Amino acid sequence: MTRRKLIGDSLTFLTAGALALDIIFVIAVIVLIAAKGLGHFWQKDLIELKLNDGRVYLGEIWNRESNPDAGTRVRLKVGNRDVSGTDFIWVDERQVEVQTIPVNAVLVERSEWGNFYGYPVAIRHGDRILAEGSAAVMRRFGSVHAEKSRQLQRIHEIEKDEIGDVNFQIEKLRLTLRRVELGGGDSAARAELESQLDAQQYRYDRLVTKLESLNAEFESERLVLETADGIERAIVLGHVIRLVQPNVLSAVDAIGLYASRIGEFLTAESRESNTEGGVFPAIFGTVMMVFIMSIVVVPFGVLAAIYLREYAKEGLAVRVVRIAVNNLAGVPSIVFGVFGLGFFVYLMGGSIDRLFYPESLPNPTFGTGGILWASLTLALLTVPVVIVATEEGLAAVPQAARQGSRALGATRFETLWRVVVPAAMPGILTGLILAMARAAGEVAPLMIVGMVKLAPTLPVDGNFPFVHLERKFMHLGFHIFDVGFQSPNVEAVKPMVFATALVLILVVLATNLIAILLRNRLRRKYAASAV
Amino acid sequence: MNSKLERDPQLHNHRDLETVLEKPILAAESLSLWYGASQALKEISLSIPERRITALIGPSGCGKSTLLRCFNRLNDLVDGVRIEGDIRFHGSSIFDPEVDVNGLRRQIGMVFQKSNPFPKSIFENVAYGCRIHGMNRKRELEEVVERSLVRAGLWDEVKDRLHESALGMSGGQQQRLCIARAIAVEPEVILLDEPCSALDPIATAKIEELMQELKERYTLLIVTHNMQQAARASDYTAFMYLGERVEFGETGQLFVNPSEKQTEDYISGRFG
Repeated sequence: MTRRKLIGDSLTFLTAGALALDIIFVIAVIVLIAAKGLGHFWQKDLIELKLNDGRVYLGEIWNRESNPDAGTRVRLKVGNRDVSGTDFIWVDERQVEVQTIPVNAVLVERSEWGNFYGYPVAIRHGDRILAEGSAAVMRRFGSVHAEKSRQLQRIHEIEKDEIGDVNFQIEKLRLTLRRVELGGGDSAARAELESQLDAQQYRYDRLVTKLESLNAEFESERLVLETADGIERAIVLGHVIRLVQPNVLSAVDAIGLYASRIGEFLTAESRESNTEGGVFPAIFGTVMMVFIMSIVVVPFGVLAAIYLREYAKEGLAVRVVRIAVNNLAGVPSIVFGVFGLGFFVYLMGGSIDRLFYPESLPNPTFGTGGILWASLTLALLTVPVVIVATEEGLAAVPQAARQGSRALGATRFETLWRVVVPAAMPGILTGLILAMARAAGEVAPLMIVGMVKLAPTLPVDGNFPFVHLERKFMHLGFHIFDVGFQSPNVEAVKPMVFATALVLILVVLATNLIAILLRNRLRRKYAASAV
Repeated sequence: MNSKLERDPQLHNHRDLETVLEKPILAAESLSLWYGASQALKEISLSIPERRITALIGPSGCGKSTLLRCFNRLNDLVDGVRIEGDIRFHGSSIFDPEVDVNGLRRQIGMVFQKSNPFPKSIFENVAYGCRIHGMNRKRELEEVVERSLVRAGLWDEVKDRLHESALGMSGGQQQRLCIARAIAVEPEVILLDEPCSALDPIATAKIEELMQELKERYTLLIVTHNMQQAARASDYTAFMYLGERVEFGETGQLFVNPSEKQTEDYISGRFG
């Protein structure tokens, strides 16, 4: 008796232990990623190190490494890539003579060349000096920078919206012209189109001239800085994103800086081949792709499951189909990518191009990877999940409910549509949740059907028809890979990898949460299923 | 006339069985049914009098539920069922290929052994049949729902929570909701398949009371395991055994003075 009880007890502990281990791992994953990712945005002190050989370095301490033979060495992020050529240096701690935290030291985040660490000297407008000395520069910087930000915004407006619009119109006119030419169209129409094209070209030239003068004005102010070892650099003030004195930051300012950096990360586009700036286009691409995939996968999966469960006669054929569907879920995702490339991109996209966009050939429109093909590929990948979950949902609807409906004179279809499918809705949504989670995390197949490391435009913009399903897009999963392993500056972007991973987790969590809330609402509506 | 009948005022009001059955609303005519190779009903002939309560009793597996499901052709949904013989509804065959089965099921409603409300709101449950048969205007639906719930004796209990889920109701309420759902489409006949077998005595009493009210408008055919229930609540009773109709008669007559030995054995509790 006691022995049997002992075995039973230890089994209980074994199962509980396994669960505890799972929970610990999940928490560890989230905590690690969150800590590493979120820590990145927190500003550390700037340290100045004077070495015994006369070298002076200013920067942030990145990490330490102890070596039994050579003592401890410190990796310092010194920035100033335009001056010294490298972002990081190793310093042997035994060589350090003086270590200070200089009050005047500044960190300059800029849109080119990465961070600059140094001391402010002056702000110049051409030869005119607007401010001189550290305190004066810091005082004056805010107002000048605000002015520059306004100018920059104007420049972006012209570049993105106005020139973008003109380019779009020109391209459209060019293609219309080509279509008219291909169709052997009449010369009157051609002349009309050509004159329109000239008008747009004129508009374009004027915008470019305007842009040039704006750019000249934008670049007129320089921020002059001095590195720790006394080299002066003049930086275009407009290129500065932030000027911070990390060593004298108050707690409030530090938190403000932290929030502003996170805000930038979430809402800005990336710069410097993805090593700086934000991940907004990748968030947008991921969410939009998952959204399109959901729109496609739900109807297909649900209809297929309804046929399998409600109409098809149970038998060998149905069993074989069911096994095949389940196995489809186990096919390596890259295989789906190859299929998507061959079928969607080349076959369907190619046919669409020949039929509807012959004027832009040989440049492909749909005949190349794009967000639509990527979404369809993922829909194919996730359709088994939806089918299986829907089938389970349908099976859980009691026969009694179906018979009740039939006994009231409802046809089979009416019963299905009005009783069975609504009751199976929570199951269907469970399938959708699983499919979305899978799709949001999938990277491999997307690399060959439309995902790129840097997309010049979002798939949605202000030009008709507003949603451009043929466009390439960015994706958080690929962004992680690209930033972390394809970047020219691997050490500097390591924290970005964690931050991006955290964003990906949060995006998946958010989409799932919406679906789960929807499911719970439906469940409440139909109450604790007592049937 | 039996002396018992004269003493019982309810039964005394009844016309003779023959008179009532001159024009039965439903009539099975030597109906046989097979599930695959096994025969479940054997040459059953049974006439159901209009606006009366007819009970089908008999031991488990005697085919009473199967017979009930023949009347609204619900057995069509079961694979491998074969039927011979005929059922006449108002004199015409329900197996005629011309017959619209869904229309037939609208005229012959059904309440199941286990209450089976749809996973919808109370309102939508009752309105369901009407919606199926093309009624869409909100006002009309509201009227029908109220009328049906009133007739099913449920209105006062649920009028404040019509849009809550039907699955939150008690078992007895759910069963009365199923009755309301059945009468919402204005059937002529309601088939009840052991409607009280899962209910407590109070809920059972309510349903039996309701049946007495409903027979003013509808013909009721009830399958029951419970002989007291048949004796209490029905006007006519048919006793079935092993797929055959053994005896059919006025309920008082059949329980007090059965003409067949098997019936007597069953109602006196010797088997079943």
